[in-house]
Amino acid sequence: MSVQTANRATAAATATPSRAQRRSERRAIIGFLAPFGTLFLLFYLLPIGYSFVRSFFVTERDGAFGPARDAWGGLSNYAQAISDPALLSSVGRVLLFGVVQVPVMLIIAMLFALILDSSLARLKRFFRLSYFVPYAVPVVIGTIVWGFLFTPGLGPVADFFPVDFLGDGWVLWSIAIIVTWTYAGYNMLIMHSNLQAIDRDIYEAAHVDGATNWQIALRIKIPLIRDAVILTGVFSIIGTLQLFTEPQVLRSISTSISSTYTPNLLVFTAASGNAYNYAAALSFLLAAATAVLSFLFLKFSERWAQ
Amino acid sequence: MSAQAAPGDKPLGQSPLASVLPVAVLFTATACFLLPLWYLFVASTKSQGDLTTTAGLWFSDMQFGTNVADTVTRDGGIFWTWLLNSLLYAVGGAAVGTVIAAMAGYALSKYAFRGREVVFNTILAGVLVPATALALPIFLIFAKVGMTNTYWSVLLPSLVSPFGVYLARIYITSSVPDALIEAGRLDGAGEYRIFFGLVIHLLKPALVTIFLFQFIVIWNNFFLPLIMLTDRKLFPITLGLYTWNSQALQDPTLATAVLTGSLLSVVPIIIAFLMLQRFWRSGLGAGGVKG
Repeated sequence: MSVQTANRATAAATATPSRAQRRSERRAIIGFLAPFGTLFLLFYLLPIGYSFVRSFFVTERDGAFGPARDAWGGLSNYAQAISDPALLSSVGRVLLFGVVQVPVMLIIAMLFALILDSSLARLKRFFRLSYFVPYAVPVVIGTIVWGFLFTPGLGPVADFFPVDFLGDGWVLWSIAIIVTWTYAGYNMLIMHSNLQAIDRDIYEAAHVDGATNWQIALRIKIPLIRDAVILTGVFSIIGTLQLFTEPQVLRSISTSISSTYTPNLLVFTAASGNAYNYAAALSFLLAAATAVLSFLFLKFSERWAQ
Repeated sequence: MSAQAAPGDKPLGQSPLASVLPVAVLFTATACFLLPLWYLFVASTKSQGDLTTTAGLWFSDMQFGTNVADTVTRDGGIFWTWLLNSLLYAVGGAAVGTVIAAMAGYALSKYAFRGREVVFNTILAGVLVPATALALPIFLIFAKVGMTNTYWSVLLPSLVSPFGVYLARIYITSSVPDALIEAGRLDGAGEYRIFFGLVIHLLKPALVTIFLFQFIVIWNNFFLPLIMLTDRKLFPITLGLYTWNSQALQDPTLATAVLTGSLLSVVPIIIAFLMLQRFWRSGLGAGGVKG
């Protein structure tokens, strides 16, 4: 430790804190962490643990109408889950959704972030705001409005395009439109604010070396905001797996959305039917699958980083 | 802001197409993003009959006043109750949540103790846990203690924002100097005095950002209140409008109330959003620093 005369007092204080001070620091650490820590324990760790424990129990009845009670069921909920055709098709559906919607949305976001970054200083603010506004609209309300837009005879979108937006073939992609509308601007803003942080002298140097705008965008800008892109990717994957609000709201106007359309709808339906233990097992599987997918995505992106 | 688009942009900058095309693309996108809101605005000025018989994107007879009156008096004026509930959940939850997240972020940033990184990484992992996967077990736990269908059942889980702790820690590490804390100690101030009297003033931008993020998450929350609440008087506005919307097929007069109610509840949020825009950008930038 360097001991300059000027701050000797400070250095001495940090180097040898008195026992009393150390004790008061320890108490402060606990005091600062306790409120958040307690709530985190109660509403994050405990629920995860609880759904894990509940997932090993099954509901039993004495006879057909006897009172329900929980009994140890081992892995039977999980056995039921992996052979549940409703779960398999809902997982397949959100995976298909994610494989298409997430890249499309992120490419759109990236494209607009790049265009905004490279031109038009005056209108920049206006464009950035107009893309971001949908994020301020609660998903329930956004979906209600899109529901009107998609309804034939009522909504201009349905009347303009010869497509059955709420029918079997299309409704998944109608949901994709809603999700993209909501979050593209948000992701664009993350990417754009990271682009703004880049030192512009780099572009100048690249121009001098004869690089075109395209090359600068692809070879310099995108690699430099890699972390932001990865972040938006992780959040999008999490969002896709927990898809619930949009299909749940659209269910009232579309018969093509079943009560088990997405994994979360399946959890909701199971819980509504009082199959709490099974729903707990599904919740736990969903949390675990989300964590694994996010983790794999991060690992995969690390390789891209090198 | 400098003239960085200018420096003799190679062949690309010279063709008129290359300069017009991006602007055209940007304007088209604006139209797409604003279309639903424009429709919402127009539709909430129409009578129920006009809603189906006139062009969706332009006005017919102005009925806005009638629609508003109908919306806010329907079901004994429950619209106001829903709106107030949403404010209570979102403002209360985000305010308390921001303070406790900042406290936790401060402890994790400025004190060295064993297990600090383990604690921080556990909280960070919480960012990756989808809220909907937690909602059902939280419901089961509240059911055990007989607390479902209360204000607390929605408010308490909303207080926890792992992302807030993450942002607070980054911000505190980068912009609260250790010397300030040491100076406070030398002056004889207690640890809490130092935080609440000194440090917190430096944190204002971060606090606003964390508050905004949490406010939006709670305002948006749907799954948790949906499974937790049965009493309509406790509903937030999202859940309330959702129930109206689900009944609109049986009772078509609800359609205008749903649209007008949606507009009324969305406008203040959008305005607040636009006014506080710079805080969003700083927060989103910070989020991207580390990934």
